[in-house]
Amino acid sequence: MGSLNIENVKKAFGPVEVLKGIDLEVTDGEFVVFVGPSGCGKSTLLRVIAGLEDSTSGRVLIDGEDVSVTPPAKRGIAMVFQTYALYPHLTVKNNMGLGLKQANTPAAEIDRRIGIASSMLSLEPYLERRPAELSGGQRQRVAIGRAVVREPKLFLFDEPLSNLDAALRVNTRLEIAQLHRRLKATMIYVTHDQVEAMTLADKIVVLNAGKIEQIGGPMELYNSPANEFVAGFIGSPKMNFVDGARLGETAKTIGVRPEHLTVDPKSGAWKGTVVHAEHLGADTNLYLDCEKAGLITVRIFGVYDAEPGATLYATPDPTRTYRFGADGKVLK
Amino acid sequence: MSIATRSLPRTIGAHAILLTYTVIALFPVVLVIMNSFKSRAGIFGAPLTPPTPKTFDMIGYTTVIGQGDFIHYFQNSLVVTVGSLFFVLLFGAMAAFALSEYRFRGNTLMGLYLALGIMIPIRLATVAILQLMVASGLVNTLTALILVYTAQGLPLAVFILSEFMKQVSDDLKNAGRIDGLSEYTIFFRLVVPLVRPSMATVAVFTMIPIWNDLWFPLILAPSEETKTVTLGAQLFLGQFVTNWNAILAALSLAILPVLILYVIFSRQLIRGITSGAVK
Repeated sequence: MGSLNIENVKKAFGPVEVLKGIDLEVTDGEFVVFVGPSGCGKSTLLRVIAGLEDSTSGRVLIDGEDVSVTPPAKRGIAMVFQTYALYPHLTVKNNMGLGLKQANTPAAEIDRRIGIASSMLSLEPYLERRPAELSGGQRQRVAIGRAVVREPKLFLFDEPLSNLDAALRVNTRLEIAQLHRRLKATMIYVTHDQVEAMTLADKIVVLNAGKIEQIGGPMELYNSPANEFVAGFIGSPKMNFVDGARLGETAKTIGVRPEHLTVDPKSGAWKGTVVHAEHLGADTNLYLDCEKAGLITVRIFGVYDAEPGATLYATPDPTRTYRFGADGKVLK
Repeated sequence: MSIATRSLPRTIGAHAILLTYTVIALFPVVLVIMNSFKSRAGIFGAPLTPPTPKTFDMIGYTTVIGQGDFIHYFQNSLVVTVGSLFFVLLFGAMAAFALSEYRFRGNTLMGLYLALGIMIPIRLATVAILQLMVASGLVNTLTALILVYTAQGLPLAVFILSEFMKQVSDDLKNAGRIDGLSEYTIFFRLVVPLVRPSMATVAVFTMIPIWNDLWFPLILAPSEETKTVTLGAQLFLGQFVTNWNAILAALSLAILPVLILYVIFSRQLIRGITSGAVK
């Protein structure tokens, strides 16, 4: 249980078209991440799936059943919000149990499910506290717990880590990944952070300006992006794009990832000067101003000493350069 | 206060201005209360001195309690004020929620229309209101006053509350929807507690003009049965002789309930339970 089909969903707010025809299929147990820049429509799509927003046209099917006009509570979904959205006047326990209580679940069953969820998320010591007495990480765990107790067909996460600090983000990310493995439930996760997308997803949906740019596994998107947008969005630091004409190529744009460039002080394809060096310990990011290629980023594994102003030659790995046509699509 | 903004002359200046203002604001109130405890001769002989053993007299209070049905007037005032307050807050908050939460055609227009009442004094319509009340047989009832005051208070309530309702986290309301709460439960259990401080503000703004009003009680409900305190105090204002003791005592007593209501609401003003619900 827990498949999702989206058929040609469109959403417009007045004259502004936010979703321009989305088709998507999610199979049972999949972890799907919607990723894209701000305003690309990923949150709106999630809200359409949840039923918090009506689509202008198109159909949403959960488990093969058309839920386009079903209210959120009847769709068999649970949602975790960016701002936690816990009920301030209820204890942790009641926060988690409210949805079940509304659905007239017997009290014993509610207690059993809360017990399982709270031990899974190590929330037992806090069950009688109110949200105000919890830290940010604990609050988000309660919000996740509230979703777990509903035993939904579909988990929806709306940027759940954005309000947490960097260390907590990594921990909570791990917890969500473990939760998915344990529950084997279908999860849909919205984020603008491509690292979260890469680390959590079975399948990534890259959205841009209300359209799906590409759907695929993390490595598929990394290794064979369909177009310039996906190539630039997936991977950190960002892929370098060089004007094809300046390199004497037929393609409009040549793309090469920072980690697929090598540098040498004596010879190489692109001569350039070091603008800035970022030393991260495990790797070093160099910003080179090249005569032919313009400003590019090079990622070198390990420590590399380079002073700003020094001359270096960068050479792209010819098997891992991407060629994009005038329409942004990859040229085969 | 941070060090950078603390300097002695600045502090003294600020306090001097605030204290002056406090004295000016409190002066008439103190004068009324002080003189209500004095004999007639004391009031006219030395109006600005506090009651001395020689001038101390409770005659004002005994007249008020004895003459006229003051307890009853108090009851009327309280019923009208609390009743109107209840309806203003209930309908104001509901309208504000609808305006801020739901997208529908004419939403902005409706908001403007509801706010228009702030700019148009309700007293302009006194004659029409009186005709309406006569036609519906509501003259000399407290219901008439409650209806008028509810209408009078609503525009400002809707205007202020809809601004505050917009600030309530959408995620919280949506979480309620996913958990299967009805829109009414979301409104009463999630949204209202979060905007309680602003509702207290609206309550204070609405309450005081209603309690102090003389106009509508005089026109719509002047009967002995339905007199409010302010109207009742007029009893002692004669054309030739004015019983100042009684008037001052009545006014002093009239301050009390407002003060109590104000204290109740100001506690709400300070308390906020938003913290922890959303970041």
